Amino acid sequence: MPSQQTFAPPRPIRADRRRSAFASRLRAIGLAVVGLAAGAVGLLAASLPAEAQLKITVTPGAAFTPMPIAVPNFTGDPQLGAQVAQIVAQDLKTSGYFNVLDPSSYLERAVGADVTPNFNNWRGINAQALVAGTVQQQGGQIVAQVRVWDVYGGSQLIGSQFATSPDNIRRLAHIVADAAFSQLTGFKGFFDSRVAFVDESGPKSNRVKKLAIMDWDGANVRYLTRGQELVLTPRFSPSNQQLAYMSYGAGDPKVFILNVASGARQLVGDFPSMTFSPRFSPDGNTLVFSMQKDGNANIFSMNLGGRAVQQLTNAAAIDTHPSFSPDGAQIVFESDRGGTQQLYVMDRGGGASKRISFGSGRYSTPVWSPDPDNPFIAFTKQEGGMFKIGVMKPDGTGERILTEGFHNEGPTFAPNGRYVMFFREEGGQAGLWLADVTGHVLTRIRTPAGASDPSWSPLLK
Amino acid sequence: MWSELGLTRGAKFAAVVATSLTLAACASQQDNAGMNGAGGAGAATPGSQQDFVVNVGDRVFFQNDSSELTGEARGTLDRQAVWLGKYPRYAVTVEGHADERGTREYNIALGARRAAATRDYLISRGISSTRLKTISYGKERPVAVCDAESCWSQNRRAVTVLNGAN
Repeated sequence: MPSQQTFAPPRPIRADRRRSAFASRLRAIGLAVVGLAAGAVGLLAASLPAEAQLKITVTPGAAFTPMPIAVPNFTGDPQLGAQVAQIVAQDLKTSGYFNVLDPSSYLERAVGADVTPNFNNWRGINAQALVAGTVQQQGGQIVAQVRVWDVYGGSQLIGSQFATSPDNIRRLAHIVADAAFSQLTGFKGFFDSRVAFVDESGPKSNRVKKLAIMDWDGANVRYLTRGQELVLTPRFSPSNQQLAYMSYGAGDPKVFILNVASGARQLVGDFPSMTFSPRFSPDGNTLVFSMQKDGNANIFSMNLGGRAVQQLTNAAAIDTHPSFSPDGAQIVFESDRGGTQQLYVMDRGGGASKRISFGSGRYSTPVWSPDPDNPFIAFTKQEGGMFKIGVMKPDGTGERILTEGFHNEGPTFAPNGRYVMFFREEGGQAGLWLADVTGHVLTRIRTPAGASDPSWSPLLK
Repeated sequence: MWSELGLTRGAKFAAVVATSLTLAACASQQDNAGMNGAGGAGAATPGSQQDFVVNVGDRVFFQNDSSELTGEARGTLDRQAVWLGKYPRYAVTVEGHADERGTREYNIALGARRAAATRDYLISRGISSTRLKTISYGKERPVAVCDAESCWSQNRRAVTVLNGAN
């Protein structure tokens, strides 16, 4: 249950009392956040110009150094304090935008939210930012008080309190990390999210594939199928409550929708042949997918309420991998109608489409970024025997390759549109990787076994 | 068992069959659909699954990113059509496959395209469409596993699988 508690800080220099967007989603799931009372701070808080704030800038092609940051253990409950700090540190490190300094270099092992830090201790190890906090059990809940400090400016950037039930401790830590990430980068957070993927085991010639979901960082893996049937391409619904995916069974393989909580699955539609490559619309009311007829695949949409079906493409070609623009008005897809796989954009109702990829090579698996303010389409590009992951603007300009090799495939955007996750096969084993859209970051995401076909959820609610 | 099979055809073809049988032996029972039915040992009885696999050839191969039937493929399918005409008790499923050098969804459709081309050719050779089904496995069920053309060329295939009595 949400909790509202006040917390008087020690002589804070500056406090961010603004309730951020994530505050509202915290309340919805039984987490609570309150701005920490700031005391007599009006003077400095109002006077700092925005450009004086500590903020990292990440620009494509330009030199880039991750921000040195310290995340000492939180005070309060020692076990929880170490756990939360470790998760926050790992999130920030994996994002690639932060250099989390080695805790063995810290002059103080733990810093609570109840003190103003001794900034000289953190300047001495060249930390530019400091995440400090106190976490403890209070009446059946876990309560964390968190401050993010500008070490060289000697000012507080965030002062917030979070509360949740004990089984949400990892989510609480991810939300703390999101707050720090958002404050220090200017981008929305993305750590409080999940990834659906295909777990892979067994030899490549007879691989066993299971649907699975996990926290974005690979924790809390949960299997949704048992491996008897070949399953491919799970895609999250915008509510995070459902997955659309392709499953083999008796007869033609088909698209199904799985209820994540109940495990119930439902065949999508009653079609005479194979259906595949599903994707939800941003409002969750429509599912688009491909249907095969003889040598051709065309894209269809189905209203999930009334079950009305509409054919969106009609080409003697393979049209597949549809993905909606964030406003739901357009769909990007791949087609070999021009001879090789290329990317096209059409209105959500179908009709005329416009080719947007014109570089050398083949373009496939397009996905539209969920961030309407930074429009990108991510794709797989095959060129010279290599499989590359890249982004371009929706008009096809500004192509940027983020990684290449044999074999990268199938990007999915983080909820903030700033990162993509994709799968890479090396030595016959598939694994998940993270890249940011500038190309500065490339990080492996740990999974229990082989993993492919990632689909990143929206931020949790 | 391998040597008996190897005696019946040229070495190159025998190698392909041996690969397929090895995998069939290793495959778990839940994957019957992905493999041909070459099961028991012994000489191929005329009209048996072994007869079809060994003496006719159950699969055809494709060029990269192509579903066009080569001359060699047509020859194999001509023999398949004659055999299926002689043994009308069988219905068949044509499985289309792709190599790993393509993206997942495209390869699913490409496998379907290869299966459809194979099916259509068998129909043109007099096999009733009611006996023929198709399915695509995309790049999900390679028979040869290596990062080289020697494996990829074996994986770009359409396999005619006998379903037993019609």
